Amino acid sequence: MARKIIVLGEVRDGSLRNVSFEAVAAAKIASEGGEVVGVLIGDSVSALSGELIHYGADRVITVEDEKLKQYTPDGYSQALMAIVDAESPEGLVFGHTSLGKDLAPKVAAKLNSGLISDVTGLEVAGGNLVFTRPIYSGKAFEKKIVTDGLVFATIRPNNISPLEKDESRTGEASSLSVDIKDLRTVIKEVVRKASEGVDLSEAKVIIAGGRGVKSEEGFEPLKELAKVLNGAVGASRGACDADYCDYSLQIGQTGKVVTPDLYIACGISGAIQHLAGMSNSKVIVAINKDPEANIFKVADYGIVGDLFEVVPMLTEEFRKILVNA
Amino acid sequence: MNIYVLMKRTFDTEEKITISGGQINEDGAEFIINPYDEYAIEEAIQVRDAQGGEVTVVSVGNEETEKQLRTALAMGADKAVLINTEDDLDYGDQFTTAKILSEYLKDKDADLIIAGNVAIDGGSGQVGPRVAELLNIPYVTTITKLDIAGSNATVVRDVEGDSEVIETTLPLLVTAQQGLNEPRYPSLPGIMKAKKKPLDELELDDLDLEEADVEAKTKTIEIYLPPKKEAGKVLEGELADQVKELVNLLHTEAKVV
Ligand SMILES: Cc1cc2nc3c(=O)[nH]c(=O)nc-3n(C[C@H](O)[C@H](O)[C@H](O)COP(=O)(O)OP(=O)(O)OC[C@H]3O[C@@H](n4cnc5c(N)ncnc54)[C@H](O)[C@@H]3O)c2cc1C
Ligand SMILES: Cc1cc2nc3c(=O)[nH]c(=O)nc-3n(C[C@H](O)[C@H](O)[C@H](O)COP(=O)(O)OP(=O)(O)OC[C@H]3O[C@@H](n4cnc5c(N)ncnc54)[C@H](O)[C@@H]3O)c2cc1C
Repeated sequence: MARKIIVLGEVRDGSLRNVSFEAVAAAKIASEGGEVVGVLIGDSVSALSGELIHYGADRVITVEDEKLKQYTPDGYSQALMAIVDAESPEGLVFGHTSLGKDLAPKVAAKLNSGLISDVTGLEVAGGNLVFTRPIYSGKAFEKKIVTDGLVFATIRPNNISPLEKDESRTGEASSLSVDIKDLRTVIKEVVRKASEGVDLSEAKVIIAGGRGVKSEEGFEPLKELAKVLNGAVGASRGACDADYCDYSLQIGQTGKVVTPDLYIACGISGAIQHLAGMSNSKVIVAINKDPEANIFKVADYGIVGDLFEVVPMLTEEFRKILVNA
Repeated sequence: MNIYVLMKRTFDTEEKITISGGQINEDGAEFIINPYDEYAIEEAIQVRDAQGGEVTVVSVGNEETEKQLRTALAMGADKAVLINTEDDLDYGDQFTTAKILSEYLKDKDADLIIAGNVAIDGGSGQVGPRVAELLNIPYVTTITKLDIAGSNATVVRDVEGDSEVIETTLPLLVTAQQGLNEPRYPSLPGIMKAKKKPLDELELDDLDLEEADVEAKTKTIEIYLPPKKEAGKVLEGELADQVKELVNLLHTEAKVV
């Protein structure tokens, strides 16, 4: 069944987030040969329309307004509902990001629709569009279908491959003017803590430190390694509780859920609540001086040793091959 | 201040998970208050203690949910309400739960509703914002701080590690993130008192809801465990050789670098 699917592109610091291209790819599958319409909302976003089309959107609609400079659920839902009214799509796809998690349930409630959240895969099987998502903190998976109304999903970053970028692709870019009214929540201030360097939830490589890192300075070798691999630094709650790093780095059941291509756990014991946040990573490496540590049970590769010795050696070795590459 | 907390009874995901008959096996499993809802209950109690008023904890569940509701009362909530769907519904999704909760709440004149930001079993994070929209009140998700002055609220929201300071007004729904507070344990006197606190039980009928009004929009067709990972490879030999081998494996075999 061919469908028209709306994809919300997410802009951060003036560029599209990678998860938006993944969402376009997911929408392509969900459209079953129908149309993928990209949507960009903000104060100045239309310059990014072309890129969304290069990644596979058939056309793009932008809504620009001073009041949409920052995300608020009221502002964005008004813009989105105006587009839904104009386009009557059969489905919507957002990223399962802070913004997507906040906005999608509100829009679903407005549309009296279902919503399948945190999707890691989708396919057409047996005549159905089937979504896969983790449940029980990643310890199990469920497959879900829509039984009534719109196909609406948020997709987890780093799980669905974006389409190849094709700069020769063209498509219509239009704008819709929407009268944005009362915003009931007002952002007074944004305190940036996490945004230096690569975004943890979208990073392809994560170097995570635990209590074994022993101090704030102990994170330095991990940062070096992350720099060489163009990755992000993460942490266990053990490290956060001990004040070695900010809570914004915490990975796990109560922190961020990540699925990078490569996760290197340094001085992390592998408590169940930590595994909940990273066990679905593609390749896991454990560096721990205790050969009995639980983290080795989920690791693809392990080195038993002192992280302060191993991590700098790894950095050196990667530097060599990446320079030669 | 008229405060409501939305509470879900969840499977303790520290437990080992097995599947039987296509369902998560619940025999002998430990059930708990969803950890984020503990933050919600704690915050509600603190706001009440500072501003006066009453805390009511509401859950859509079955008879067994009474246990977690009693725990919430023992922590210090004033009243509990169980919306028992056992006899009426076989299946439900987030649409179902949010619809039931909003029908219950719509004439309660709540000033503040606190939910968890996500349930650790179902994991969608939908119920809070859905309920706020159905009640047509503002919401702020994943909050780490809440200050209320009169009918104004200042809230700190966690946005992937950054913090937003948000101003808004009551009535308001917020969802709790880790860091909001340290939930208390029920005290012995608390547990004794909880036995005498009101725990009302309602069914769909009492909310003038028909089965068709809350029929799920989505359906689970399969539940499975992730493929068992093969035992990992712990490297051996001289440390320098191990490091070289690891880099080589990641670069040429796993191709992740
Ligand atoms: C409700 C709840 C929610 C939680 N949520 C989370 C969560 O989201 N994320 C999370 O991470 N935790 C969470 N936890 C905490 C979790 O249970 C563990 O306490 C925590 O993950 C432990 O952190 P750690 O592995 O850094 O510390 P530890 O368990 O102390 O492990 C430190 C490890 O470092 C190793 N080590 C020490 N020195 C070195 C060295 N020089 N070189 C190499 N290795 C070394 C040790 O062998 C040890 O294995 C939660 C707990 C609860 C109860
Ligand atoms: C009649 C019925 C039958 C169901 N049958 C199934 C089934 O067969 N299989 C299945 O997987 N799921 C079933 N569910 C559960 C449903 O799919 C969701 O788990 C539930 O709606 C909550 O979604 P979530 O777990 O994603 O919670 P989230 O949206 O992540 O929860 C966020 C917050 O919302 C609040 N909240 C969530 N659920 C409740 C609740 N029940 N009561 C009060 N507050 C709540 C809590 O504050 C929680 O922290 C059923 C639900 C109902 C009502």
